[in-house]
Amino acid sequence: MELLLNIVIYLPVLGIAAVLLSKSDEAVKWVSLVVTSAAFLLSLPLMLNFNIADSAIPQYLTEGSPIFEGMDIKYLVGLDGLSMLLFMLTTLMGPIVILSSWTSITKSLKGYFSMLLLLQTASLGVFASLDLVVFYVFFELSLIPMYFLIGIWGGSDRIRATIKFFIYTLVGSLLMLIALLYLGYHAGAATGIFEFTSDWRFISGPEYTIGLVEQTWLFLAFALAFCIKVPLFPFHTWLPYAHTEAPTAGSVVLAAIMLKLGTYGLIRVSMPVFPNAFMEFAPWMAVLAVIGIIYGALVAMVQKDVKKLVAYSSVSHMGFIVLGIFAFNTVGMQGAIIQMINHGLATGALFLIVGMIYDRRHTRMISDFGGIAKKMPIFAVIFMIATLASIGLPGLNGFIGEFLILNGSFFSELYANKVYAILATTGVILAAVYMLWMYQRVMFGPITNEENNKLIDLNAREIGLLVPLVIFMVWIGVRPMDFMKYSEGWVDSFITSSEAKSLTIMEEADANELPNWTTKIYKVEDFKSTQEQIVKN
Amino acid sequence: MDYLHDLTSFLPGIVVTVASLIVIMLAAFKKGMNSIYLVSIGGLVIALGLAIQSLFGDVGTAFSGMIVYGGVGAFGTVIVLLGALLCVIISKEYLEEFGLHYGEVYAMMLFATVGMLGLAVSNDLITLFVSLETMSIALYVLAGLMHYEKRGAEGALKYFLLGAFSTGFLLYGIALIYGATGQTNLLEIAAAADGSLLFLAGSALLLVGIFFKIAAVPFHMWTPDVYQATPTTLTAFMATAAKSATFVAFILVLTRMLPGSGSGDWTNVIQVVAILTMIVGNLIALAQDNVKRMLAYSSIAHAGYLMVGLAAGTAAGYSGVLYYLFAYTLMNIGAFGVIAYYERNHSLDFTEIDSYAGLGFKMPIMGVMLSIFLFSLAGIPPFVGFIGKYYVFAAAVNADLIPLAIIGVLASAASVYYYLRVMVFLFFKEAHKEYTMKSPGLLFKATLVLLAFATIYYGIEPVLPTTGLIELLTSYYAV
Repeated sequence: MELLLNIVIYLPVLGIAAVLLSKSDEAVKWVSLVVTSAAFLLSLPLMLNFNIADSAIPQYLTEGSPIFEGMDIKYLVGLDGLSMLLFMLTTLMGPIVILSSWTSITKSLKGYFSMLLLLQTASLGVFASLDLVVFYVFFELSLIPMYFLIGIWGGSDRIRATIKFFIYTLVGSLLMLIALLYLGYHAGAATGIFEFTSDWRFISGPEYTIGLVEQTWLFLAFALAFCIKVPLFPFHTWLPYAHTEAPTAGSVVLAAIMLKLGTYGLIRVSMPVFPNAFMEFAPWMAVLAVIGIIYGALVAMVQKDVKKLVAYSSVSHMGFIVLGIFAFNTVGMQGAIIQMINHGLATGALFLIVGMIYDRRHTRMISDFGGIAKKMPIFAVIFMIATLASIGLPGLNGFIGEFLILNGSFFSELYANKVYAILATTGVILAAVYMLWMYQRVMFGPITNEENNKLIDLNAREIGLLVPLVIFMVWIGVRPMDFMKYSEGWVDSFITSSEAKSLTIMEEADANELPNWTTKIYKVEDFKSTQEQIVKN
Repeated sequence: MDYLHDLTSFLPGIVVTVASLIVIMLAAFKKGMNSIYLVSIGGLVIALGLAIQSLFGDVGTAFSGMIVYGGVGAFGTVIVLLGALLCVIISKEYLEEFGLHYGEVYAMMLFATVGMLGLAVSNDLITLFVSLETMSIALYVLAGLMHYEKRGAEGALKYFLLGAFSTGFLLYGIALIYGATGQTNLLEIAAAADGSLLFLAGSALLLVGIFFKIAAVPFHMWTPDVYQATPTTLTAFMATAAKSATFVAFILVLTRMLPGSGSGDWTNVIQVVAILTMIVGNLIALAQDNVKRMLAYSSIAHAGYLMVGLAAGTAAGYSGVLYYLFAYTLMNIGAFGVIAYYERNHSLDFTEIDSYAGLGFKMPIMGVMLSIFLFSLAGIPPFVGFIGKYYVFAAAVNADLIPLAIIGVLASAASVYYYLRVMVFLFFKEAHKEYTMKSPGLLFKATLVLLAFATIYYGIEPVLPTTGLIELLTSYYAV
């Protein structure tokens, strides 16, 4: 099983060799499809054999030896309840994005499919790695293929879009690197054996605590990197741009997988390692999340370009996920995790659909369409399901995630204010407005544009690549526990341990030794007096 | 008086000296260039083999304490020889194309290498000065190789005048240090240092001389013009081997001469210079439209990152710097090699970024390799440049120089823009016209492929279950 996990991660990158050696364009496509499908099939046993009762403990571990004496940086991959579903989503999207590019890409196919395969390995690596330095390396590695995917095969303004995407993300992650180095030395000193450690199991565990001052700075540095990746308002400006200019497959991977790296990082690193800062900054993050939800929805409403509309809807939906994470309770966190999958499925499907219509008409402007439901009935049905899933209609997956998130934030002790949930709910209403309005203008009414009379419905390949997504949208909508059970144990255990850890840190904190701003932010004196009160009683 | 011991401890240098003498005799009396090329490569290969052996050998001083051998000096020797060997190999086709293929070029490269080897093992200010001059004079000649071109003559003259000026600083510094302590041996200076104004002034002047040679801001003015004026493969030689040798000498001076209680604290000076160097180098590189000039400014910026490791002043910092020099040698020679190849296909002025449009798809392997080298220079994982940066910044963070590390990573984030820009032209833009490309020679191609492979291999080497290079480097300080 350990070996199988490594095979799934590295199979795509090894497939690049076969792609480069392929003689014809057809061979290139088939090799890529076979490689990613094989990776998906091989990943199924990982999910089926997963020990759900122990989902808080990483399984299928491969552990290398430290790079050298005293420096505990090592190759460490495994899956736990948090990463399992995202890992599976990534392997599922692999063959789908390959199929989606079957006919739409004509320029240098070898390079294109190599980049998709490299991206696949990088994304799988991020979700599987449990050493923070290895995590960082995969995190950064995913930038290179995306840079070329947008830059070479993108739209007309691709160069500016790809450079903005690259540098924006890099600035955040480089500051995270410095924070990671500091954290590594700090944690290394705490082990008593090593000088440096980046083993996530130790850093997130109960034995390692980090003082309030350091925690604040480190939390901010990590959160900046993750929030740029999410992207959380106001760090979202690169996203609509990159999405619009990227080729279909690039948009799909960006929306379905790469945005999740940010929210995944917030749960994986920020919560268990910096629990006090995580809790104190939660209301602020929630404010940004709610602004993002409403702002993204309002901007989506006025878009003339379908792809841009979907891109801004991503900003709105990712806001929900951040809101759920910082609710810091089981319901909200579980909602956030399943919503990451849902967003991947629904937004991924929407980008695929936009790509299909663009391949036919070479335009994405809403005003160029209208009435095409008559010409493309199968397309209309699948588009409808994806639209409704994105809105959050009961019976489809989006509802489960949004309901749990809103529920979690409504009862969140950290927000201690129901306004967040109420404002966020307007985002759901707005989502219905912009999505349904767009759907109506594109699909219904009379055919106003002569060109649209020539449209032909989806072919077998296109149906084949959308159907798996639709199946999962319905499946998660009807039987969510089939999927949510994977992360439940993880979430319970880590929320409890993070809370316990934050109390330990507060007890260790000494108001006289801390700088003023720290005692104010973390209300150290209030905490101490409450403690004394409890002791007296 | 163990002469044999003295000689064996500087054996790589002696081999290169002999090779350089053979080369100059061949150049004077024989017409064929092949024998010269082969003797140069052969000499460097033998020397490199000997040097690699001494990496694992014992450590000590020789020639009455004038030089060190083993340890840091041995690693410096290896990097210098590696850089020199790679540059000699990739030079042949390029120089032939532009009618610069003289035997004397190889002789000068070997003379410069001898100087660098001395520099990398110097344990005495006299050795340091003589080696530095041996290296510099040979490099002045190489910089002026294209003297018939206006830019070539200007660059060489600029290099010579400013170089002579900085030598003055260096020599004056040595004289003042000698005046203050009565010593020229690094260790004895450290022991005798009294913190007097005379000593501090001498040390400051010595550092100015070194800063000039490593092109640290504000002593960097000569670099872009000289790099641009020099034939590209020789620019690679100056940017890697010469810089590595000077940095190793810098480490030796810092660890052996300046750590004493009476020698003052130079960390702040190095920090300030490092910050200036990173910021200025990267910012000006952003505005360059000429790839060669861009790489010149980027090499200034890299000197800044290297000094971050020196400012940390810890074992991890120094070994990080040594690793970075190794990484820098691999990726920079690679990048200059591909640029030289493009130039060889067209003309000497084929270094404007605009002329690279569409070249990536024209010659995909060259394009991909240049991308690998540039990503590595930008410090993106999983390439060796990232590992190098990681070690120096980790050392800085561990030494509590967090602001310095943050400025460093932000500067390197800015640097990504100009490295990416080259790839934008290579792959994202359409070619202006059809180019016919000459196919590169087998040895040239093999060298570049090897470099690209090494750039990736050393990028993932830390997680492989082998004994890492960094472990060896750190062991030099574990006394």
